[in-house]
Amino acid sequence: MSDPAYTASEMMIVVAARALKSARAVFVGVGLPNIACNLARHTIAPDMELIYESGVYGARPERLPLSIGDPTLVSGALSVVSMADLFGLYLQRGLVEIALLGGAQVDRYGNLNSTVIGDYAKPKTRLPGSGGACEIATNAQRTFMIMRLKRRAFVEKLDFVTSPGHLTGGDSRARLGLPGGGPELMITDKGILNFDNPEREMQLSALYPGVAMNDVQAEVGWPLKLAKKIEEVTVPSLEELRLIREELDPNGMYR
Amino acid sequence: MNDTAKADKLVSMREAIATYVRDGCSLAMEGFTGFICFAAGHEIIRQRRRDLTLIRMTPDLIYDQMIAAGTAKKLIFSYTGNPGVGSLYCIRRAVEKDIPLPLELEEYSHYGLVGRYAAGAARLPFFPLRSYIGSDMLEANPLIKVIDEPYGTGKIAVVPPLNPDVAILHAQRADRHGNTQLWGLLGMQKEVAFASKHVIVVVEEVVDESVIRADPNRTLIPGLIVNAVVHQPYGAHPSYVQGYYDRDNESYLTWDKLSQDHAAVVAWLDEWVYGLENHAAYVKKIGQAYLDKLKPEPLLAQSVDYGRYR
Repeated sequence: MSDPAYTASEMMIVVAARALKSARAVFVGVGLPNIACNLARHTIAPDMELIYESGVYGARPERLPLSIGDPTLVSGALSVVSMADLFGLYLQRGLVEIALLGGAQVDRYGNLNSTVIGDYAKPKTRLPGSGGACEIATNAQRTFMIMRLKRRAFVEKLDFVTSPGHLTGGDSRARLGLPGGGPELMITDKGILNFDNPEREMQLSALYPGVAMNDVQAEVGWPLKLAKKIEEVTVPSLEELRLIREELDPNGMYR
Repeated sequence: MNDTAKADKLVSMREAIATYVRDGCSLAMEGFTGFICFAAGHEIIRQRRRDLTLIRMTPDLIYDQMIAAGTAKKLIFSYTGNPGVGSLYCIRRAVEKDIPLPLELEEYSHYGLVGRYAAGAARLPFFPLRSYIGSDMLEANPLIKVIDEPYGTGKIAVVPPLNPDVAILHAQRADRHGNTQLWGLLGMQKEVAFASKHVIVVVEEVVDESVIRADPNRTLIPGLIVNAVVHQPYGAHPSYVQGYYDRDNESYLTWDKLSQDHAAVVAWLDEWVYGLENHAAYVKKIGQAYLDKLKPEPLLAQSVDYGRYR
């Protein structure tokens, strides 16, 4: 980054938090998404409730959770339910407004791979697999993705489709009857991409200060579409940075 | 099942494993991030069980260790990562390089595996869920099928029931008959218990039946389906038990480093599993002072009034 006053991770967290404005129920993963959701709750989305696949609704973690099954998510939550109820009654029922997802690979339609690099039967790298990602990507009303831009991650063709995005583009997702709306945003360390075109293909819509368009294209494995207008994102405010550094991630684990 | 009749089911870990976990059986040791019964996993390694089909949504360090020790031929799972840390290297070595043995994988998403337990628990022929359509997981696992909705025009994914030979579940407390109370993340333990042919519960405390009866809403697993109760304080270390001890994250980080080398894993197993007689020896080796630091501050719920009706 050209501005040493904040890191790329902090910028991603702040951008994700701002995108969660006015959200009521958000499905959270660990790491950056978790900090982003808690930052949003402390700033622009005070009524937001956090949902974790481990079975927690309305978590109020007093420390940065070490994982999505951290006991700090239980203490002080509104409700703790079985995973059958979490996936059936909260997610599949359609109560999750926004889910934050990531993966090892993403394609232009926002399909995600978190299963294998290489061949499934004899993989070069065995990744963790779906966890709840496949059903989250299927059922959440809206999906936001958070990933660092890297050429080996933003690929022309996935080695494996773990979680469906806009599939082959256009209305292919709706035609297969998937309940959720699919990917809306891709938040990266260099800029923001959205899917606001009839093809539902990822397009660059905003750049962070000091980042050039070529810096983004260089890390994407296909010719990147551009939105009609490319915005410049406002740098993190002092208050946003203070919350991240002093309250949400005091040990700088995600700095 | 005679051996689930109301009786004193309190046995040692050694006896519970020797009686119910046989070579070649299918075994579900569940608990999402917490309540992971490392004490049982280590005893299974110590008794040198072989050819197990290990079932866990998140294999975690315990199955990484059991697979490195050569106990397993197959893994049924939905997320194979070191939670919040990174990879499970022993499982990756088995899958990518057949070290120490080849490992067959059968893979689901979380809801898919929860659904398999739920169908198994209620003895239903399948469990329908809105997932998998549009995902390559359908091709990777032919047991996941897509069928026409019987009452609609769409398609729906289904998974088959799962009935493990043995379930091992850790909890805060149970009575000697196996009536088990658990609070915190409920995960899938109830479904696993009802799905399995034999159930071993491992608890931090054994309490009188009257303690269970005073708070029946907290009973997750009835003694009716439990075969054995094992009293094993700190049995879930280095994972956690809500209200009793926190996750020992240092152990998870240490494992992340040492497990990248098979020889280091073998040495670890020698020191921490084969070299110790039982879990009490493991607890002693770690030391009470260290474990005391994992104890959270108390955060009590208000008690509730069930009312007395007579």
